[in-house]
Amino acid sequence: MSALSNSNWDRRSVLRAAAGLAALGPLAACGGNTGREGGGSSGKGLVQYFHAYGEAGTQEAIKRYAKAYDEARVTTQWITGTNFESKLFSSLLTDNAPDVFEFHPQLQLIKSGQVAPLDDIIAPVKDDFNPADIKSHTVDGKVYGVRMIDDPQFFFYRKSMLEKAGVDVPQTLDELAEAAAKLTTDKVKGLFIGNSMVSTNYALVWAAGADQLNDKNEIAYHTDEVVEALKVYRKMFTSGHLLLDAPADYWDPSALVQGLTAIQWCGMWAMPVMQKALGDDLGIFPFPSAASGAKPAVYNGGWSMFVNAKGKNVDLAKEYVKWLWIDEKKYQEDWALSYGFHIPPRTSIAESATKLKSGLPAEGVKLFTDYGRFDNISWTQAMITAFEEVIANSVRKGTNPEKALDAADTKVNRELKKLFG
Amino acid sequence: MSTTTTRDATRPAPAKVSKARPRRGLRGSTFNFWLFTGPFLLGLVIFVYIPIGWSAWLSFFEARYTVTPDKFVGFDNYKLMLTNGDFTGSLVTFTVFAAIIVPVTWALSLGLALMVHRLRFMKAFFRSVFFLPTACSFVAASLIWKMSIFSGVRFGMMNTVLSWFGVENIAWLANPNPPWYWLVIVTVRLWLQAGFYMILFLAALQNIPPELYEAAAIDGAKPGWQTFRYITLPQLRATSTAVILLLLVAAYQAFDEFFNLLAKSTWGRPPLVELYYTALGDDQDYGAGSAGAVILTLLICTVTLLQGRFMGFGRGEETK
Repeated sequence: MSALSNSNWDRRSVLRAAAGLAALGPLAACGGNTGREGGGSSGKGLVQYFHAYGEAGTQEAIKRYAKAYDEARVTTQWITGTNFESKLFSSLLTDNAPDVFEFHPQLQLIKSGQVAPLDDIIAPVKDDFNPADIKSHTVDGKVYGVRMIDDPQFFFYRKSMLEKAGVDVPQTLDELAEAAAKLTTDKVKGLFIGNSMVSTNYALVWAAGADQLNDKNEIAYHTDEVVEALKVYRKMFTSGHLLLDAPADYWDPSALVQGLTAIQWCGMWAMPVMQKALGDDLGIFPFPSAASGAKPAVYNGGWSMFVNAKGKNVDLAKEYVKWLWIDEKKYQEDWALSYGFHIPPRTSIAESATKLKSGLPAEGVKLFTDYGRFDNISWTQAMITAFEEVIANSVRKGTNPEKALDAADTKVNRELKKLFG
Repeated sequence: MSTTTTRDATRPAPAKVSKARPRRGLRGSTFNFWLFTGPFLLGLVIFVYIPIGWSAWLSFFEARYTVTPDKFVGFDNYKLMLTNGDFTGSLVTFTVFAAIIVPVTWALSLGLALMVHRLRFMKAFFRSVFFLPTACSFVAASLIWKMSIFSGVRFGMMNTVLSWFGVENIAWLANPNPPWYWLVIVTVRLWLQAGFYMILFLAALQNIPPELYEAAAIDGAKPGWQTFRYITLPQLRATSTAVILLLLVAAYQAFDEFFNLLAKSTWGRPPLVELYYTALGDDQDYGAGSAGAVILTLLICTVTLLQGRFMGFGRGEETK
């Protein structure tokens, strides 16, 4: 080989190799970006997932707490969008899975070994927690997840609008439908129960005297009373008294504050914003009774911290959860009361929460204790989706409720069979 | 390679070089082949073939909340997907969607192209204006459609316009009877993609030789419909076919607008959305989702083969 051709080959090959490497670059980058920023002073990193809270300052608060933790560098993923569940579930299968995440108690996470039991960190303060919160997180004697906040959901209404229309606070579901009709004008709709109308699912079933599942974990929602309640929903939907396709959904106070509706289903978290905007022109009431003899209902939702049992630093993650959600009461209080209103699950914090002691917040707490019911850990996401489809089909599409419930039964039973055999 | 050849030709001792060249050329070209295709082949294998194989494997297992399952269930997932109605319903949804969007986009983009083609001034301006929406993301456009144009409240744009004529507020997306949601879904896609296909038609229109029109005029063809029907349209046949094919593919891939516009519904879910909800959504049933994906793949293969048989795609020009 001549020297010329040799050097020629070299120069070209170098260029080609460089081009090849450049082409490989993005691939390498794919592998490198794990979302984990290991390092920091202690050399250990944790990732936490939160859904995007609507209240101003919440994201900063969560990041501020995380920064104050000395033992590890905690990165926060603030998941925006409406499908937090999907993003959480699919990320849990990957190497990018969060070490700790907020969610609701659901049995499939425990059965699949996804979340770690937290008895050792909860045990010392177990008596300080609302017993219902402990119960809803307990499976076979083990507690999974630390409750951060309890969020009762009920109806908010504009007192002035009800007064003007001569409507009393509805005591039954039929009265609610009548109220919605009377309150509807060409400018204002009578009632807003969310764009997809699924947020009242729990309360609807409970107020009809039924339940999602019974004690033996069998279907308990398929009753005549629930069918009747669904028919009332359908009637309200077709009569044009409901606010639909609003720019902001039920969890946002905008619809009520902007005067698009007279009554809105929402959570206690939105109360500060509503009070600020509407002053005294604001009242609350539980989901009214939908069957004779049935109690009104309030859904005590909320969020809990879970530790990913398949994470790389389970012990450290548990330490972090213990530090923030068990030891550091000032952060827990700040989180529950400084942004939206949430009821602290710790009795000791709830007792000192002066903001919730008087006026409308106190009424909210009363609804929470009098009528509130908590999540059933056996009612999992797939079942939740199945019941949401009942609303879509029987209320929006107009399918016979009985048929829609039958379809849900098939799906829920398939789920129950997988969980309980 | 051409530069190498010219350079070599100027060399003083060709005999020597030609001796070395075959070996080097062979090794060089093989090396080059792998150098250029290697990274992409690797990417293809990692991101396409392995997932396809994995998916086929998953479809025979009970894979919930895991992609490394161990419980073999045979064809149970296939049975579930074919019998529960959601998946088969999604195929109907896709068919309805394609049946609306393909001809409408075809006609609109052809119409736009014809109009822009005839413009004497500001042609470039209108061409750009109509093409511009292509740059917008489906998600962003869906949100604008949902929250401002087709918002259900009284100050939503469409409801405001309708209220001038005394029409009551319409819940465009929440209420599936009548299915106004198709209007929202079709218009957003139309706005986003018509401009792109207009450019294709415009290019084809400019390629039609003016002599044809002149000859037609001499033969007595009236300008307007007659010329369009017998000259323009046949000349656009190749482009039209390509556009229809591209539109079908795009319609099949539709996901964003359905996902963003229709929440918590049981209708208006084309196959990809349905499979997303099954496998990646709340259910996390990778087994059933994979079974659906395999069924879909088989279906697409069948349709493609049949299409090739009946419409002659892929055959040489001479056999037509």
